[in-house]
Amino acid sequence: MFNISTQALFSQLLVGLINGSFYALLSLGLAVIFGMLNIINFAHGALYMMGAFCAYFLLSIAGLGYWWALVLSPLIMGAFGMFLERTMLHRLAGLDHLYGLLLTFGLALIFQGLFQNYFGSSGLPYAIPQELTGAQNLGFMFLPNYRAWVVVFSLAVCLATWFAIEKTKLGAYLRAATENPSLVRAFGVNVPRMITLTYGFGVGLAALAGVLAAPINQVRPLMGGDLIIVVFAVVVIGGMGSIMGSIVTGFALGLVEGLTKVFYPEASNTVVFVIMALVLLVKPAGLFGRTA
Amino acid sequence: MKLMVSALALTAALVSGAPALAQDKIVKLGILDDMSGLYADVGGAGSVIAAQMAIEDSGLVAKGWKIDIVSADHQNKPDVGVNVARQWIDQEKVDGLFGVLSSGVALAVTGVAKEKNVVYMNSGAAASDLTGSACTPNIVHWTYDTYLLANGTGKAVVKAGGDSWYFLTADYAFGQALERDTSAVVTANGGKVIGAVRHPLNSSDFSSFLLQAQASKAKIIGLANAGGDTTNAIKQANEFGITAGGQKLAALLLFLTDVHSLGLKMTAGLQFTETFYWDMNEGTRAFSAKFSERMRNKQKPTMVQAGVYASVNHYLKALDAMGGNVHDGVKIVDKMKAMPTEDALFGKGTIRADGRKIHPGYLFEVKKPEESKYPWDYYKLIATIPAEEAFTPIEKSACPLLKK
Repeated sequence: MFNISTQALFSQLLVGLINGSFYALLSLGLAVIFGMLNIINFAHGALYMMGAFCAYFLLSIAGLGYWWALVLSPLIMGAFGMFLERTMLHRLAGLDHLYGLLLTFGLALIFQGLFQNYFGSSGLPYAIPQELTGAQNLGFMFLPNYRAWVVVFSLAVCLATWFAIEKTKLGAYLRAATENPSLVRAFGVNVPRMITLTYGFGVGLAALAGVLAAPINQVRPLMGGDLIIVVFAVVVIGGMGSIMGSIVTGFALGLVEGLTKVFYPEASNTVVFVIMALVLLVKPAGLFGRTA
Repeated sequence: MKLMVSALALTAALVSGAPALAQDKIVKLGILDDMSGLYADVGGAGSVIAAQMAIEDSGLVAKGWKIDIVSADHQNKPDVGVNVARQWIDQEKVDGLFGVLSSGVALAVTGVAKEKNVVYMNSGAAASDLTGSACTPNIVHWTYDTYLLANGTGKAVVKAGGDSWYFLTADYAFGQALERDTSAVVTANGGKVIGAVRHPLNSSDFSSFLLQAQASKAKIIGLANAGGDTTNAIKQANEFGITAGGQKLAALLLFLTDVHSLGLKMTAGLQFTETFYWDMNEGTRAFSAKFSERMRNKQKPTMVQAGVYASVNHYLKALDAMGGNVHDGVKIVDKMKAMPTEDALFGKGTIRADGRKIHPGYLFEVKKPEESKYPWDYYKLIATIPAEEAFTPIEKSACPLLKK
């Protein structure tokens, strides 16, 4: 069991890091939405899936390739997210968290069901963009260029988001608005619009992850449903609403999962939840969470 | 009022307590399948449509029979499947269970079918144990099984020089059975099995498992999984340059919908075993045209859906021959075993004493993109495995029914 070479270990760690970047990107969106708006967004997985489908449609209908999709899909889905916020989520402001959770969960089931009804469960193909095909021989492993791109790109997006929320004036307004909306309003800031934009931004992050995942997995209606539970676990471990927490935990859990796949593959789908249970026992607010 | 209720109850008790009297022309079929998960395209809603088509084609309704279908999603969870089956039989008086993809659920349901004495015709699950160590007098296993897959694909690959294997196995009854049966074929034909990695059902990322397979230096990476797991594994094997590095993939179970989903560019040249392909002859084409007309995504039928059609077809023939529904699973299955089978999709065949449906298997190869002339034109036939060699020889069957 432990006779694994260092070469193999390195390659598994790298693969873990790649998966971790998806966890980080998705849990970041969830953390932004929860931290700023106090909405537990169960539709996140479905929106991620729709982001991937959006890329597929852009290619098959409009003939716009991957790079266009990387820009347009988050914008389109972000607009769709804002529409959801304006028409539905908005009405639940001030009510118990559970209502938002039920609404978004219901939406997720509807979206997923609709897509499955029309496209089946096997999924649609989406090719890796020409510029990123091929692979590098790192000596200890064969690293596909596309995967390298995913890690670098999502890390950049994560850090940029963290910077925008924690270090800029806009971010400061946003954080203040979550703490005390009426006071911030008194300063002339349009809080409802800020909330709508923030939700749209979170959804855009999900769609971005969807576009990144499209060439790796099939574009499948269930791709989000399969992932969302793990991502929620990541957010809980990182600490609900903590931006840095979700980024760090996302990458870290990708690594842990990667190692589990080597040493005890049967448990690779469970290990995240075991860690979640342990963390909750020791630190109920999560690793980076602030206790209220 | 009270009197009337107790009179009703008494009548009900009499009717249900006296099956010998209850020969009628009322039939209720239950399609228990993965309706929403990674195998839903293989069976799912398509299996329900196939069953409906079999009922329509039987002409029994015109002869005064009342035939209903119920369907449910077992979510690939044995406990869910068992509960639904139990409820159907107890409360809705379901006479037969059809479909039942996913070997874990399929094996669990065997017990319920036997206990409640209903007909159980499986089309979709692969584990050869269904007519082996787990066989019952109530089961007919229709379309294919792991023995056939191992024997068809496994043997062909070893003979073509692929003599060292590493398995990527879905970690449940099906994957384990497929790995076991294929390993046996590989070693019997002079090859060797270097190792295996077991992945959880419904994994989205295979890169880690693929790297382990790559490191094993085996010539062949055998995919002992199905549906979404297989498509993801194939796609990612391409990405990681596994095939470019000289190793070959053997998809032990590949369905038409998987090939459609991956596209020919990704799958060209893969060899695998099936018992039905929509484009084999006039009969299969006519059925498939009608079938895809009724599917929302216009897909052509998979062998699993074809198997549901053919099994319902044979079941209804047996009922017709018996002159009515006796609501006795074992009696009906015995009748089905006594009658030769014939339908447009699988041709002529028989059902053996252990419940194994016998028909030929086919080794197919996925066409290159330039060879495909029209939509869904994906396979070319490489070899036919004669019916008598396709399944576990009866003298080697572990089925306890045969030991009487």
